[in-house]
Amino acid sequence: MTTTDLPPPGDLPEVQIDPAIYRHLADAQVNVELDTGDMILSLGPQHPATHGTLRLVVRLDGERVIAADPIIGYMHRGYEKLTEYRTYPQITTLINRIDWLSSFANEVPFVHAAEQLMGIEAPPRAVYIRTVLTELSRIATFLLFLGEMGLQVGAITPAFYGFRDREYVLNLIEAVTGGRFHPNFNRIGGLKDDFPWGFTAECRQVMRRVFESCDTFEDLVLGNPIFEQRTRSIGIIPPDLGAAYGVSGSNLRASGVDWDLRRDAKPYLAYNELDWKVWTHPDGDSFARYWVRLQETRESARMVLQLLDGMPSGPIMAKVPRIIKVPAGEVWVNTENPLGEMGYYVISKGATGPFRVKIRSASFSNVSILPWLLKGVYVPDIVTILAGLYFILGDIDR
Amino acid sequence: MAADAPPEAETEAAVAPDAAEAEPVAEPRTTLLPGAAALLEKLLARLGDAVIESAACYGDAVVRVKPEAWLQAARIAHDELGCDYLSFIAGIDWMPTPTVAGAEEGSGDTSAPVQPRETTYGVAGSAGRFQVFARVDSTNAGAGLTLKTDITTDTMRVDSWCSVYPGADWHEREAWEMYGFAFTGHPALRHLYLPAEFEGHPLRKDFPLLAREVKPWPGLVDVEPMPGEEPGDDEAAVEA
Amino acid sequence: MGLIDKGTLRSGPLKPLGDLLNYSRKYSLWMFQWGLACCAIEMGAALASPRYDVMRLGVIPFPASPRQADLMVISGTVTDKMAPSIRRLYEQMPDPKYVISMGSCANCGGPYWDSYSVTKGVDQIIPVDVYVPGCPPRPEAFIEGITLLQQRIMDEDPAARNRGDHWEPIVVGR
Repeated sequence: MTTTDLPPPGDLPEVQIDPAIYRHLADAQVNVELDTGDMILSLGPQHPATHGTLRLVVRLDGERVIAADPIIGYMHRGYEKLTEYRTYPQITTLINRIDWLSSFANEVPFVHAAEQLMGIEAPPRAVYIRTVLTELSRIATFLLFLGEMGLQVGAITPAFYGFRDREYVLNLIEAVTGGRFHPNFNRIGGLKDDFPWGFTAECRQVMRRVFESCDTFEDLVLGNPIFEQRTRSIGIIPPDLGAAYGVSGSNLRASGVDWDLRRDAKPYLAYNELDWKVWTHPDGDSFARYWVRLQETRESARMVLQLLDGMPSGPIMAKVPRIIKVPAGEVWVNTENPLGEMGYYVISKGATGPFRVKIRSASFSNVSILPWLLKGVYVPDIVTILAGLYFILGDIDR
Repeated sequence: MAADAPPEAETEAAVAPDAAEAEPVAEPRTTLLPGAAALLEKLLARLGDAVIESAACYGDAVVRVKPEAWLQAARIAHDELGCDYLSFIAGIDWMPTPTVAGAEEGSGDTSAPVQPRETTYGVAGSAGRFQVFARVDSTNAGAGLTLKTDITTDTMRVDSWCSVYPGADWHEREAWEMYGFAFTGHPALRHLYLPAEFEGHPLRKDFPLLAREVKPWPGLVDVEPMPGEEPGDDEAAVEA
Repeated sequence: MGLIDKGTLRSGPLKPLGDLLNYSRKYSLWMFQWGLACCAIEMGAALASPRYDVMRLGVIPFPASPRQADLMVISGTVTDKMAPSIRRLYEQMPDPKYVISMGSCANCGGPYWDSYSVTKGVDQIIPVDVYVPGCPPRPEAFIEGITLLQQRIMDEDPAARNRGDHWEPIVVGR
C-alpha cells in the first residue's frame, strides 16, 4: 500500500473501542514473559565487605540471589597437619592465630585439653586470670563487631567508635601479656605471668568505658531506623536448622536457642562461680544477632568486675616438668569462644607433641549455612547477613 | 580402650605433692557425666550389636559403630536422642607420624616431637588405619556423643550424613579432601580448601611436609645450650 | 611522560618541579585494601583508629579498585590459592606502584613456614619495597614503614623505577 491509497484524514471509519477491555495491555508483565538471564557475580576474594578472603559466587536473577556458593580456602594454612610436627608449647603459639581477633580464647581449650590428659589442674588464681583475659578478648571482639556491622550497613562512624574503644581493652591485654593480640600467654599448667601492679584499678575504669560505649552503640546503631530497616527480618535462621548446620554462639542464641557452653558444657574456667545470664532473642534475624552481642558485651564486662572482686591469691603455675610429655589418651574440649563453639579433639600417644588435633572452629559451621541462607535475598542484604554472622577467615579455613 | 600409659608415674611425681596423697577419686579418663551416660545407654539399646566398642573418655561417651550402621546411628542420635547439633565430622589416620630428620630421640633437638613407631589405636579401638569420627551435641540436655567408625582401605567409603544433618556437607568435603574418603550420598564432593590442581590428600601421614625435609627448624639458628644442658640430657632435666 | 624518562626532572633547572612531583606523590599514596589475616587488623587499627591514624600522612585507604591505587600492603598469610589473585591485582595497578609486605607471614611464610598451602613470602610473586617484620607488627611499625617509604619516594628518580633498575628493599627495624 502506498501513501496515496490511505483514506484522506477526516474520513476514518467509526470504530467503537471500549477502554475497559484493553486496560490490561498497559501492564506489560501480563502478556510478555520477561526473559532475563541469570548473572553470576563473584564477590571476593579481595573485597571490602567479605571480612577477608572469602569468595562468594552468587547467581542472581536481577537483584535476587538464586544460589550462593561460598568458596573458602584462601587462608588455609594447614593447621591440623602442622600440629602433628610441633610440640605442645609450639602449638600454643600457633593456635592463637586461628581466630585472630580473640586470640587468647583460642589457646584456652587446647591448654585445658593438655592439662586434662596430664592430670594437672591450674591453680585457682590462674583460672580466674584466664577467665578475665578470655572475657576481655570477648569484649574486644564484640566491640569491633558492633562498630563494623554499622560500617557494613553503610555508616562509617560506628567503626571508628568500635576501633577506639577496642584500643582501651587491647591496652589492658597488652599490659598483662605483652601483646595486643596473639598473646601466647597460656602455659600448660597455668600462665606465664601475673597481673601487673595497678591492673585491677585500670581494668575497672575500662569496664566503665565499655558500658558507656555499649550505651552509645545502642543509641547510635540499634536505635537508628535505617539500621532497623536493613536488618530486621533479614537472614532469619530457624533454630533447628541452625543447630543441624552447626551454627553456634551468638548466632544460635539470636534464634532463641538457650545454649551457652560456658554454662552447659563440661565446667571450665571460673564460669560456674559467677552470677551471669545467657541472652537470647526470639527473632533470628541480623538485628537479633547484633542485639544479642551487645547484651553479651555488657554481660562480659559485668563478669570481669565480678572476677576482679573475687580474685583469689596464690601461684599462677602448677608444677609441671620442663619438657612437657603428655600421656597417651584422647580428650575433647569445647568452649564458648566469641565466634561460637570452638573445640579441640586431642589424640596423644605420649610424646612431646600430639598425634592428631582436630580443630573444630566456629566460623566454619557458621558459614556453611550461607548457601541456604542467601537464597532469595537481595544483593545489599548479602553484605548485611555476612556482617551479622560475623566470621573470621582464619577460623573458617584454619 | 583407655590404656594406662607408662609415663603416668613421671607426671604424678611432677604434679603438686598434695595430689599424690588425695583420696582415690574415680579416674577422670573413665568417668562419664550423667547426661552422656543417659545418651550412651539409649544408643546402645537402640543399636544393639551394631556397636563394636564403647568407652568413656573424660566425661564423654565414645562409641565405635560398624560402618554399615554409620547413617543409622546418626538418625537415632538426631531423631531419638535429641542431638540436634552437629559439631564436626573428621577423619583419623592411625599410621605413625614420620620423624623429622635430625629430631630423633636423643639427638638433643627438641624442636619437633618424636612419635612412637608402633601403631596404637585410641579410645574405642580401630580396625585399621583410617577412621571417621564425629561429634554431636544436644542443645537442651547439654550432653553429647562422639561416634567413630572404621574405613577399610580397599573401599575408602562410608555413608554421608547429609540427609540427617545438612551441615555434614562441608565437613565431609573437608574429610574427602584431607584423607580421600568417599561419602556415599553426598551431593558434590569437591575441593573445599585446596586449589583444584592440588594433588594428594594432605592429612594422611604418608603425605610429606616437604619444607620440614628440606629446611631445618628456623628457631635453631642461634640457640646456644643453657648452662648444664647438653644433648641427650632431656631425661635428667625432667626432674627439674 | 617524556620529561621523566629523559631525566630532566632530577637535575638542572627543572629539579624543583621534580621535587614537587615527588613531594605530591609521597603525600597522596592511595592504598589498596589487601588485608588478608591478623596483620589486617593491625593495619585497620593503624588506618581507622584515631590513635594511630595513618591518614594524616596522606595515605588514603579507600580505593577498592586496583586501578586507582598506588600502594599495596600485603598484610597476612599468602596461600597458594590466593597467590594468582595477588599477582593479577598487582599487575592491574598502574605505575608507579609500591608494595609493603607487612608481617612475617608475608615476608617469609612466618609461623607457617612448613605448611603445604602457604606461599613462603609474597616476594616470590611480586617485588617488595618495604618489609615490616612482626607477628603482628604494631601499628607504629607499620607507620614507620610508610614513613621510610615516603622518604624514599621523595628522593627517588621515577625514570630509574620505570627502567626497572635494581633497588634495595627497606626493612623496618634494621
